[in-house]
Amino acid sequence: MEIKKGIAVSPGIAIAEALIVDSEDYRIPQRSIQPSERADEIHRVRKAFREASGELEHYDRLQRGIWGRKIRDIFAVHNRFLRDRSLRKQITDMIRLDMVTAEYAVSATFRKIARHFSQINDQYISERAADIYDIERRLLRRLLGGRKENIENLAREVAIVARELSPTQTAGFNKRFIKGIATDAGGRTSHTAIVARSLGIPAVVALEDLTESISGGDTVVIDGNRGIAIVNPDDEIIQQYEDYARDFVQFEHSLDAIRQKPAVTRDDAKITLLGNIEFPDEAEMVLEKGGDGIGLYRTEFLYLNRPDEPSEQDHYQAYAKTTSILNQRPVIIRTVDLGADKYTQSKRFAPEPNPFLGLRSIRFCLQNLTMFKRQLRAILRASVLGDVMVMFPLITNMQELKQAKMILRDVMEDLDEESIPYNKNIKVGIMVETPSAALTAYSLARDVDFFSLGTNDLIQYTLAVDRGNEQVSTLYSAADPAVLRLIRTVIQDAHKAQIDISVCGEMASEPEFIMLLLGMGIRTVSLTPPLIPEVKQIIRSVSIADCNKLARKVLTMNSERQISNYLRDCAIRVLPEAF
Amino acid sequence: MTADPDGGIFEMEVEIKNSDGLHMRPAMQFVDMASTFNCGIEVSNGQTCVDAKSIMQMSMLAATRGTRLKITARGDDAEDAVRALKELVEDKMFDET
Repeated sequence: MEIKKGIAVSPGIAIAEALIVDSEDYRIPQRSIQPSERADEIHRVRKAFREASGELEHYDRLQRGIWGRKIRDIFAVHNRFLRDRSLRKQITDMIRLDMVTAEYAVSATFRKIARHFSQINDQYISERAADIYDIERRLLRRLLGGRKENIENLAREVAIVARELSPTQTAGFNKRFIKGIATDAGGRTSHTAIVARSLGIPAVVALEDLTESISGGDTVVIDGNRGIAIVNPDDEIIQQYEDYARDFVQFEHSLDAIRQKPAVTRDDAKITLLGNIEFPDEAEMVLEKGGDGIGLYRTEFLYLNRPDEPSEQDHYQAYAKTTSILNQRPVIIRTVDLGADKYTQSKRFAPEPNPFLGLRSIRFCLQNLTMFKRQLRAILRASVLGDVMVMFPLITNMQELKQAKMILRDVMEDLDEESIPYNKNIKVGIMVETPSAALTAYSLARDVDFFSLGTNDLIQYTLAVDRGNEQVSTLYSAADPAVLRLIRTVIQDAHKAQIDISVCGEMASEPEFIMLLLGMGIRTVSLTPPLIPEVKQIIRSVSIADCNKLARKVLTMNSERQISNYLRDCAIRVLPEAF
Repeated sequence: MTADPDGGIFEMEVEIKNSDGLHMRPAMQFVDMASTFNCGIEVSNGQTCVDAKSIMQMSMLAATRGTRLKITARGDDAEDAVRALKELVEDKMFDET
């Protein structure tokens, strides 16, 4: 049994069979076999080794003139591994003694070797672990007959374990079978965290070396409350967790009872609770959990997990479906915010050295007008079906905003010419998520109908921290005085210009920050649906007077540590069960 | 170095001299050379003892530059084997620097 500590990013408990997803999506079908099947499995191992070795020799012959010396050497070494009798014996012994499948034995043995390498104190040698994984993959490919076990074809409950997960990989996740997620990399607002919270399944990230300690088929406990993953738990631990899981579910149910109740503070201030979604289906969960609408519809997912760009009709269908589910409640659609990822990087002639600060999001759209207009057309067409609003991400200056609005007007004129109906008074807003936008909010506010504070990116840009980098993720904090000062500026500017302002970043879903946001003047928040009941509970337990006092006090503090401790203490007093 | 005049056992110590140590490629050369001999060959770093003809075991040694290893061979061509391996490690340095 191994216990690993990481960062808890989505609450709940999962006890399930691990499905290891690497970038090639190989899945170990099962772990145990009957004694009578051992001979067969051993035969499969020998055959796989032979075939893999033959494959490498074939490549070597084929590429003789083309491959450089280094590559040939690498594959020569791989081939030696595949012909190493003592290695094969370790694997066949495992099959014989532990009665496991060929895939499991190969995976477990290779991972043990890889772990041995990565622990050596020599950088060159420890990097060889990657070679070991490569050979493992080659063998698994042989054993699985080239069948890539697809996550989309699951028929059993599993917990996904991976080094990290890309948006493409998670797009197909079905919560009926996927009970939890655990990754080596990632931070509090990484993609894995966002998806897990949307699906309402537990997730732990930044476990660093979980994938080295686990094989497909192992049982794993994912504790998304305390940020722990346990590999092959013993019976006592399993029992403890089953009890704990039951208690936690009860707590969640008690929160569900709050669904019908209004989100008003003790002194009768009404707070609007909206949901963040990525797929139309999630809109239902927003309503189920008591949300008043959609504060952030992330539209990137229309572009991922498909070989070509989505058509205008693809866009329209998604927006129409969402709007109809929401039935006249607000839907804020954010134009595509892709960037620093596979999709946009693959469209370059040369990869960007610094994609996070590069041609992404609205900038990418402004340079790919056909694609941008296609989305805007679909949003406008859907605007007759309900209360649809459009929001531009990553606006850094007035020029960008004016350009985007001009394109929108162009699209409106096109629709006019074609006599296609749309809401001519559609509200247009922006995400305020860069320091420049925050510092010039007073001016931007005059040209938009609303702001939405994208605190995730605002924090990253302001503190110069990569939220996905587990080595610095502790520096990322919404309680940093610099961040709070910027947020306060934006709220004040929005109030002066009399436009709506909401917070749609992760901060809006964290109990410690609700009172502070209310005290700074926020009356609308948008968050991941599973956490709406908890936030409503907090809202109903506090008074604006108390929140204002808290905010005034916090704004006099100048240390992140001091602020976050204070906020945590206040929140525990209001809602102890959330901690 | 020690030689057993009765049982064909031959032993020598070598030191890893190339800067990247006994990483994959040198390990492969070592294993290839060891495999050309009939005798059984073992390599020890003082803590573990591995089969010189197994790439997996040899690469697990992960011997960095400066490590001293003991090569023990048992069989008819034991002496040839050990001398050839010592030459590879210390003189030729696996054709690396």
